[in-house]
Amino acid sequence: MNSLSLTLFDCVVLVTLLGLAWQLLATPDLFKAMVLFMSFGLVMALAWVRLAAPDVALAEAALGAGLTGPLFLSALHRLRGTRKGERRQQLDSIEHRGKIEKVTQRTSGRIIYLLLRILFAGLLLTLLVHLATILLHVEYENPGLGVFVAEQQEESGVISPVTAVLLNFRGYDTLLEIMVLFVAVVAVWSLATVRFSEKSGQVSPIQQGVVRILAPLMILVAVSLIWQGTHLAGGAFQGGAVLAAAGVLMMVSELPWLRLIPSLPVRLMLVFGPLVFLGLGVSCLADGRFLEYPGELAGFLILLIELACGLSIGLTLACLFVGGRPVDDLVDRGQLEEGS
Amino acid sequence: MREVLDLTGIVLIVCGLPFFLSGSLGLLRFPDIFTRLHALTKADNVGLGLIVLGLICQAGSLFEALRLLMVWLLVLIASSASCHLIARSALEKNIKPWMRS
Repeated sequence: MNSLSLTLFDCVVLVTLLGLAWQLLATPDLFKAMVLFMSFGLVMALAWVRLAAPDVALAEAALGAGLTGPLFLSALHRLRGTRKGERRQQLDSIEHRGKIEKVTQRTSGRIIYLLLRILFAGLLLTLLVHLATILLHVEYENPGLGVFVAEQQEESGVISPVTAVLLNFRGYDTLLEIMVLFVAVVAVWSLATVRFSEKSGQVSPIQQGVVRILAPLMILVAVSLIWQGTHLAGGAFQGGAVLAAAGVLMMVSELPWLRLIPSLPVRLMLVFGPLVFLGLGVSCLADGRFLEYPGELAGFLILLIELACGLSIGLTLACLFVGGRPVDDLVDRGQLEEGS
Repeated sequence: MREVLDLTGIVLIVCGLPFFLSGSLGLLRFPDIFTRLHALTKADNVGLGLIVLGLICQAGSLFEALRLLMVWLLVLIASSASCHLIARSALEKNIKPWMRS
């Protein structure tokens, strides 16, 4: 009974995922697509839980469903009113669809349309067949690398195997990921400027009140997620994402103190995680190899790196949401005249 | 004792399900945004409360029970706040509430 209901549950999750993915790709409405994407992330998190991968589930729920949504939303907001955005809306409009239909009513148009469809269907089918054959030939007896990780677990200094791999055995991977996030902020800052200190003044007082209750709780959850990473599911990325979500909530609620943060601490916090990670990795060179932590200190060092990286990841993601270098920052550093 | 608790839990959870059903039904069938919000937030919160109570009956420790209760409280706060925000932005966009015609 139990396994039957679980199988049923899995089937429902699978069908929902496929249905959501299809709708997400098929809808012409960008806002609807965004909402569908967030729903897809939540159901995907559920699927990861069923696959016994709580770390990925947490990351998917926090990043995929939680943080990408606001990122898309702010991108969508910016798209409106630009030339490209208007073009896109025009393409979505009913008139334009009518034009497409007119073209496809002509015989030559219809044949081209049909040929394109057959081409894409053929490509997808080949992909599907390839995937199916790969799946059929996978040897399920092969335990993968799990055994090797379990053997070396003691030396990693942490109890969670996922953290052991991410921060010890394959630490350089994670180091590079952190660097990629940092470079992303640098790119965003150099591409756009944002008037961060402008207030719309239209925020509901209820929203501000609720955020004042929720934000401290979210920060608590974030830090506990980071700390949990050493022995349970969680870690710097999951905690950082929750931290960033708290930041996004505070920013859209226009809490007054946020505007008063000077730019130097923000810059320092952005590089804090990557620097700590890199610094500790390099200092391992003294009596070993790069990122090879000495045995007795490994657990402590990993916790230190996770905390530093978690804070930086949170701030990085929040900065990505802002979507550009704050104008005040340019003014502060004398690169822009006040008031221009 | 264990059996009584388990049974109470199951009864509470089963009691919670119709609220979710009516909430979803309301979301799909009600005529405008305000009535839909009403159906969704009211019914689901009671449903979730009953399900959380049912799960607490089966919780292994006090800490676990408190955490479950916390989930319900946070959802209450978040859903009432988001309901308010959606209704507010709908009013700002001059969406007229549905009237029986």
